[in-house]
Amino acid sequence: MSIPAGLKYTKEHEWVRIEGDIATFGVSDHAQEALGDIVFVELPEIGRKVDAAEAYAVVESVKAVSDIYAPVAGEIIEVNETLEGEPEKVNTEPYGAGWIAKVKISGHSDELMSDDEYTTFLEE
Amino acid sequence: MSVDDTLNTYSAVGGIQHEEPLLFEHAHEAAEAISLPGVQGDISAELKAFSRKKSANIPGLSEPETVRHFVRMSQWNHGIETGFYPLGSCTMKYNPRVNEQVVRLSGLANIHPDQPVDSVQGVLALLHELQTWLCEIAGFSDVTLQPAAGAHGELVGLMMIRSCLDARGQQHRKKVLVPDSAHGTNPASAALCGMHCVELKSGADGRIDLEELKKHLDDDVAALMMTNPNTAGAFESDIKEICQLVHDAGGLVYGDGANLNALVGVARPGDMGIDCLHINVHKTFSTPHGGGGPGAGPVVVNDTLAPYLPVPRIVKAGDLYRIETHDEQSCGTILGSIGQVGVLLRAHAYIAAFGANYLHKIAQDAVLNANYVLHRLKDAYHVPFEGLCKHECLLTDEYQNKHGVKTLDVAKQLIDLGFHPMTIYFPLIVHGAMLIEPTETESKTTLDSFCDAMLEIAAQCEAGDTQVLHDAPVKPIRRRLDETQAARKPRLVW
Repeated sequence: MSIPAGLKYTKEHEWVRIEGDIATFGVSDHAQEALGDIVFVELPEIGRKVDAAEAYAVVESVKAVSDIYAPVAGEIIEVNETLEGEPEKVNTEPYGAGWIAKVKISGHSDELMSDDEYTTFLEE
Repeated sequence: MSVDDTLNTYSAVGGIQHEEPLLFEHAHEAAEAISLPGVQGDISAELKAFSRKKSANIPGLSEPETVRHFVRMSQWNHGIETGFYPLGSCTMKYNPRVNEQVVRLSGLANIHPDQPVDSVQGVLALLHELQTWLCEIAGFSDVTLQPAAGAHGELVGLMMIRSCLDARGQQHRKKVLVPDSAHGTNPASAALCGMHCVELKSGADGRIDLEELKKHLDDDVAALMMTNPNTAGAFESDIKEICQLVHDAGGLVYGDGANLNALVGVARPGDMGIDCLHINVHKTFSTPHGGGGPGAGPVVVNDTLAPYLPVPRIVKAGDLYRIETHDEQSCGTILGSIGQVGVLLRAHAYIAAFGANYLHKIAQDAVLNANYVLHRLKDAYHVPFEGLCKHECLLTDEYQNKHGVKTLDVAKQLIDLGFHPMTIYFPLIVHGAMLIEPTETESKTTLDSFCDAMLEIAAQCEAGDTQVLHDAPVKPIRRRLDETQAARKPRLVW
């Protein structure tokens, strides 16, 4: 189970990379493992404003359809269009080529966990 | 039934199974099943504009080839008439043959929706009686037989709730609360009705958490959609308080009747405070499941929602039945006719066969069977929520995970041992769910045979004999399908 340092995590198993006022969203290795083989990712529209904990994308695996929640509030400025043709990137590279969306941050969340806190959270 | 040593199976056997291509892959142009008469005279001038540019691509097959094609395809199927079908949340009970005899009676089969009502009084009397029975069984005051399926019933129920809230001047109420254990159709129906869903996290016991519910009850709430018993097979014991809280907040309670088989003849959703409920007659009342044919999902309502029922409706005036087509307050027309009559008549036949004094045996036996399976399997498979279950029992693959075996492996091995798998990976609130609904139809012998197969799989796992589980199924004409590639890159031919 990979939990890279430097990222923040949510209880819903999303990760966020914050660089200045830009945040990149994705789902954790644990999430992709639990979801199973992903067959479709419904990406948000660019320009959409999302609140923290609001569902901004939908991931469909062979087992289930799941909402993906925004770790922080912001406006969607970029989406990973690669996932339209290769949704499996979420499984193979959840922290890399499997990223889902980028937002311009409009608010921070105090619910985020560090990698160590997320590791402890998963062990519980 | 016991394991046949030579076949190493409970009931699955090999034999003459034919590889069968699609109709279009058969095609040898020269053959045809029907010889059409030749055309008299020259009509090309008149029909020129309609003449085909390309072949219609009708497969060239003789009649016996056509019959064999469909019969062979049907033999690849598994149905309740082939064997045990413990698909949780689906209530795959046996469809008694008497239902089929009834609907084939000439006076019921050979009539038309547009016939004058005085010539179809018999069928209207039966449907009206069914309306009365459904209201009595579920504890409601009125009903529409129109919806063409359970999910259609959900939409109609929400449309009535919408009409009711609008009549109260509360157009702003658009929030629908849906527990995270709900059937996927619930949020889909709410979205189709122009509402938006908020998910309620289930409590540690798999039931609705009152504190979580209270957190979301505000001036925007239109409805709570809930299933009782829920999809974990657990009875929502706080149901009266749940309904009271929603009503106090100005919302209405929609009941998903998918699990009515656990309650029929014993408890009534209307008495619990639910405002409307759809009834899956293909589940509780033994009409055939799916297959793309017509279905029916009647919706029963209490006095609050009765004014908004769709039209047309059957009403009784004196000794005569007529069809009412107009009602100012109605939520509208949702089907061209009064409903899927053939399906509804099968449900009528089934209820009549049991009668008021025996209907409760359905629920009692369904619950007993599910608890028997739960009791036999509870040491070999992890039980996420303690206590008795209702009509279905929920297990997970937690113990098997230690050996690298997952729910999917268990399901596939069941096929080799001669059983249709249970519902897997649903409900979503537990990891690796296995939802088993035996229904009241099955004998103890069948239940024991299924449990023996499940215990054998658990034992194979414990013994480290896991490769056979990962390889399963090996007996059917198709081995383990690549579900991922089938979804990512489907091969479509038509």
